Amino acid sequence: MTAPNSEKKIGSPREPMSERPAAERVRDFAEVPVGYTPDQARAEASRCLLCKKPQCLAGCPVGIDIPGFVNSIAEGRFEEAADRILLVNALPAVCGRVCPQETQCEIKCVLGKKGEPLAIGNLERFAADWKREHGGRTLPPVPQPTGRRIAIVGSGPAGLTCAGELIGQGHAVTIFEALHKTGGVLVYGIPEFRLPKAIVQDEVDRLAARGAGVVTDTVIGKLETVDELLGQYDAVFIGVGAGAPMFLNIPGENLVGVYSANEYLTRTNLMRAYDREHADTPILQSSRVAVVGGGNVAMDSARTALRLGADVVYLLYRRSRAEMPARNAEIHHAEQEGIRFNFLTNPTRILGNDTGWVAGIECLRMKLGEPDESGRRRPLPIEGTEFVLDVDAAVIAIGNRPNPIVPQTTPDLQTTRWGTIVADEATGRTTKERVWSGGDIVTGAATVISAMGAGQAAARDIDAYLAAPEPRPWRPEPRESPGDGQA
Amino acid sequence: MNEILKKEVIAPDVVRLVVAHRKLACKAQPGHFVILRVSEDGERFPLTIADSNTPQGTITLIFQVVGKSTALLAELAEGDTILDVVGPLGRATEIQRYGRVLCAGGGIGAAPLYPIAKALKEAGNQVVAVIGARSKNLVILESAFRAIADEVRVATDDGTYGRRGFVTDVIADLFAEGRTLARCWAIGPVPMMRAVCDLTRAAGLPTTVSLNPIMVDGTGMCGGCRVIVGGEVKFACVDGPEFDGHQVDFDSLARRLATYHDSEQRDHEACRIALTRPETKD
Repeated sequence: MTAPNSEKKIGSPREPMSERPAAERVRDFAEVPVGYTPDQARAEASRCLLCKKPQCLAGCPVGIDIPGFVNSIAEGRFEEAADRILLVNALPAVCGRVCPQETQCEIKCVLGKKGEPLAIGNLERFAADWKREHGGRTLPPVPQPTGRRIAIVGSGPAGLTCAGELIGQGHAVTIFEALHKTGGVLVYGIPEFRLPKAIVQDEVDRLAARGAGVVTDTVIGKLETVDELLGQYDAVFIGVGAGAPMFLNIPGENLVGVYSANEYLTRTNLMRAYDREHADTPILQSSRVAVVGGGNVAMDSARTALRLGADVVYLLYRRSRAEMPARNAEIHHAEQEGIRFNFLTNPTRILGNDTGWVAGIECLRMKLGEPDESGRRRPLPIEGTEFVLDVDAAVIAIGNRPNPIVPQTTPDLQTTRWGTIVADEATGRTTKERVWSGGDIVTGAATVISAMGAGQAAARDIDAYLAAPEPRPWRPEPRESPGDGQA
Repeated sequence: MNEILKKEVIAPDVVRLVVAHRKLACKAQPGHFVILRVSEDGERFPLTIADSNTPQGTITLIFQVVGKSTALLAELAEGDTILDVVGPLGRATEIQRYGRVLCAGGGIGAAPLYPIAKALKEAGNQVVAVIGARSKNLVILESAFRAIADEVRVATDDGTYGRRGFVTDVIADLFAEGRTLARCWAIGPVPMMRAVCDLTRAAGLPTTVSLNPIMVDGTGMCGGCRVIVGGEVKFACVDGPEFDGHQVDFDSLARRLATYHDSEQRDHEACRIALTRPETKD
């Protein structure tokens, strides 16, 4: 059963979000989609059928009350909408921008069966932005302090979400970050034009305003070990991400002008190398760039290269467009901006000039064979199809491995053969008592929202564990899961 | 934390800072390095820890002004705070009792070499230290080495102090004298480390070098510091910074170190014009 007017709503068009034209936006790092106006947001929110049994809820890894906040928008109570999201999601302005809603909540939307699903992501972004831009300072409630202290290792999406949830339960939280700035992949990886850094900072500031301690410049495993943290805290959550870049292991990868996507994006985003006037961190001014990979990180790298002033940017992917792990919207943006996609193309070596700088990239054409373990059709080389692209820089964006620093310095923390930490999927419990973990360090490279879901699940289990009478049994269910390596 | 307690110019363009950082002072071991950032717009750059004092809660940094970032660091005064100090990073030196060991430092390389030599001595090794510099006024840490080493030899390129010649000439002297050596540590500019390794390889003397490639995060995330060692790609920040010098591809290292040379020179020139530092000359 659906609400009145549902006839009219079914099949109604989705309110489009305006975007800056490609020719304009490739010249700067400002955000591409400009957000809904209040009228647009109300119009889109009014399409919601307010289903008795909302399917969308099942698609949200953190359990946002989607019909609730959408209804608040439809009725013009924008800050209330944001507050409803904030109850379970510490990062709504981030999620509204970078979550793959099209494969999560929106794919479940009943409107999608006979037309376009509700634009839940756009509405989430609108509510969060509205609150921030209108000085909305009300914070989610913080209950009586429990007196329990929890250390969060890593300030990326998993850690920030875990922190927000634990604060909401009344626990004292300290977040440790290795870099000089909080946000993890949200600040070093995802570019400004997709996720403005001021927005991430605002979400971190909100956690700090609710009492979270934030300690930057601290590499856990080096300055302090997990065992030392356990001496000072009741529980430790490890959300250090999958931060170790993979390379192709082809000849020429150490030439000058070959970057990992991590380095290329970190220089540009965290260190603001694009602001050549002010920032001291340099990045090569390349004119022809090859980006290797097919995920969101590859799209981000390619679009960054354009904005840094490259004339031509090739995207080289060894499978076809259908197998690309990147979000459709990102592929579409990259196409609009003139990235030259080369599908079924695999680099075989990077060529250098006589001074050791990148001068070209040799590739081989591929064809698709039978599906592999990932379910995607396996790319197979076509002999004799080598060709060379004339480039002066190459960015390798083929995925990341877990960062080994914490596992290496925490002897009784069990890891898988992929280097990920063994943790129970439902609770985040590791093999080490009082240590929880979640996000990419457990799953291998995945999405922001799945890391957030893991952070939330761990926080709820930490809360339950600390509330239980002693002695508390510690029974995690170990599991192993391989990283996708392409996300 | 991060406060500069003491600052000294120990040679032209070479500065020693004693920095308060209790936790770092507890954890720092020979071979470890830190990543620094001096200003909001500043770069992250690595410096090897030149000494640490656990009871006092301090670490010592010795650096040469070679670009804008080190120039900005040199501008800080006692009582100022360094914006970011991250560490201890990298793997610590493998300190064992080897017998008689050779510690060779070229130029500013004597600074990271000192804590290694000291630890080797404390572990019961006989330490022969060789310090090289372009000229007498650029020889650093001589008395510090004399206090811990069994023997110290100095070489200057121009012969203004010690033996005229390079560190390698002194090592050749040691070989010619028939001195038995169990291990060698060589730290300094790339051409110096390469030359030492060529010499010790021929003599069959295992040699460890400490590499200082370009890096951003220092925790294995950017991969900018990758070096080729024994034909394999290694990240200096987490796999090093010390490696078997006989396996290092120094050509690749030198090329990658020069990646931003042009833009850095420009910045540094602008910086030198803007700053007045009467105690330095070039």
